Amino acid sequence: MRSRKRGIGEVVAWAVIAIAVVVLLFPFLWMAITSVKTNRELYDLTAAPLLIRQGVTLEHFELLLHRTAFLTWLGNSFLVSLSTTIVTLLTSVPGAYALVRMRFPGQETLGLAVFLAYLVPPSLLFVPLAQVVAAFGMMDTLWSLIVTYPTFSVPFSTWLLTGYLKGIPKELEESAMVDGASRLRALLTVVLPVAAPGVVTVALFAFTLSWGHMIYALAFVSRSSWKVLPVGLLTELVRGDVFYWGALMAGALASAVPVVALYSLFTRYFVAGLTAGATKF
Amino acid sequence: MGRSGAPGSVPAVEARNIAVRWWWRERPKGEWRLALAMVCPLVGILLGLMAYPLVSALYMSVTDKTIGSRGGYVGLSNFLQLAEDSIFRQTVGNAVVYTVVAVTIKTIVGMGLAVALARVGERGGTVRALILLPWVIPISITALAWWWMFDPMFSVINRGLRALGLAASGIPWLGDPFWARVAVILVNVWRGLPFFATVFLAGLLSIPRELYEAAETDGAGPLESFVRITLPLLRPVLSLVILYSVVMTVADFEIIYILTRGGPVNRTHLFATYAFQVGLEGTLIGKGAAIALFIFPVLAGASYFTLRIIRRGEEYA
Repeated sequence: MRSRKRGIGEVVAWAVIAIAVVVLLFPFLWMAITSVKTNRELYDLTAAPLLIRQGVTLEHFELLLHRTAFLTWLGNSFLVSLSTTIVTLLTSVPGAYALVRMRFPGQETLGLAVFLAYLVPPSLLFVPLAQVVAAFGMMDTLWSLIVTYPTFSVPFSTWLLTGYLKGIPKELEESAMVDGASRLRALLTVVLPVAAPGVVTVALFAFTLSWGHMIYALAFVSRSSWKVLPVGLLTELVRGDVFYWGALMAGALASAVPVVALYSLFTRYFVAGLTAGATKF
Repeated sequence: MGRSGAPGSVPAVEARNIAVRWWWRERPKGEWRLALAMVCPLVGILLGLMAYPLVSALYMSVTDKTIGSRGGYVGLSNFLQLAEDSIFRQTVGNAVVYTVVAVTIKTIVGMGLAVALARVGERGGTVRALILLPWVIPISITALAWWWMFDPMFSVINRGLRALGLAASGIPWLGDPFWARVAVILVNVWRGLPFFATVFLAGLLSIPRELYEAAETDGAGPLESFVRITLPLLRPVLSLVILYSVVMTVADFEIIYILTRGGPVNRTHLFATYAFQVGLEGTLIGKGAAIALFIFPVLAGASYFTLRIIRRGEEYA
């Protein structure tokens, strides 16, 4: 009786999981199918949508490469995301360390400010930030994004790192400093190697968040040659009433590849960052 | 080690080490200058790119500034105009419906999925990694796929429903006010569900199994253990996730902008998309700033409650 009950519970659990997997992953499957299907079959309502019967085609990827600025957007996205990641690390690592391990005036206030900033969504700031960006003459440049993207990556990263650093025993760097190492040296040679997983997590999040961010990119940049991927795809693959769905899905798929690659290499870090970001205070 | 060495020497070394460590910890801290230098970039970003814009948004919201003109002080006129603005009123209603419905579904379904994943244990490892994809891959990319899935003519969802003998005439996903709301909420749930499920799962796995075993010996059924053990122990995590999600959901931009641009007849506008339309596309910066500021009370409320939970339950310190 008991084992049968257990068996039923297990079956129900797997059924729930199966439905969830299908629903959660279907858009990716549909994206992939669309990107390699010929237009003739794509827009044939009598064809079975999930099958590819008339052969696989690369025409959508070719359209993307030859008739749009896709490669430029890709380059811009990489440049902006990598720059943001570097700025984020250079800001949040020393900041979080000082917050956790050192004493300075205004420390408590800063800790609270980081937490509050972490909750501020970009959509609250884009109107005034547009003025800041314009005042510095950065409208329609990639600088506008490199300067503003840290507003969402830095508070989160500092937040995550303070939690992480609190878990590292103080004695580690104290014994290094007793042996004569300076504070900065102890941070670089003793603390950072131990904190590496936290730093990697932060770098991954900064990169991924920047890669997909849209509102600032839409608000501050309008020239095609300075667009980043999500904005380029959304604004330049729909011309009037003509939707290039095949090419749009090919572009979406290609844009997702770097993130999926990072995710498959560092799954553990993504999951750790996700749960810590939501619950470790 | 050292027991057989010179008697007394090891405790002496130990005592010296303890004394030295104590001194290091309690010594006069002359390091505050270095500390300030280290937090300098952080403070710069928080003040220059977050606090200042927020204050200037407050200032702009009481001016009639437009792109290209400085504008003058107009008092609360922007806010009074908004109170009269039927699109804005619609937006407030939309934001409430969108946020309440989406967060409720994410919480309930996310909990169900987490319980199912906890049940199958380690055998669900690959699944756990796979279901995170909608959350890992930016919504600005995946919403494009949903846009195509909701296409009036070629919607794959409608074709699927038709094949199953349901909704033969097709659902007007983005063309009808009701269905457009369903569509944007559906995409928000799709995006957020993996996050909820994963955090809840981590919470579930941290509950000691002995509690359930004890409850079972006492004759409690699965439902009773869930209500009596799981829910109370998960309460802090649940509240934190819900509060965080409320802020992010009410401030949503990408899903709406990509799928509906706020339409049809403004039934899906949220503060961010309406502020974008008025403030940047429509160049009325003062009014746009005022609209976006309506996200702030939600943010303030959520921050207050989050801090209260954190300070009450030091288990999350």
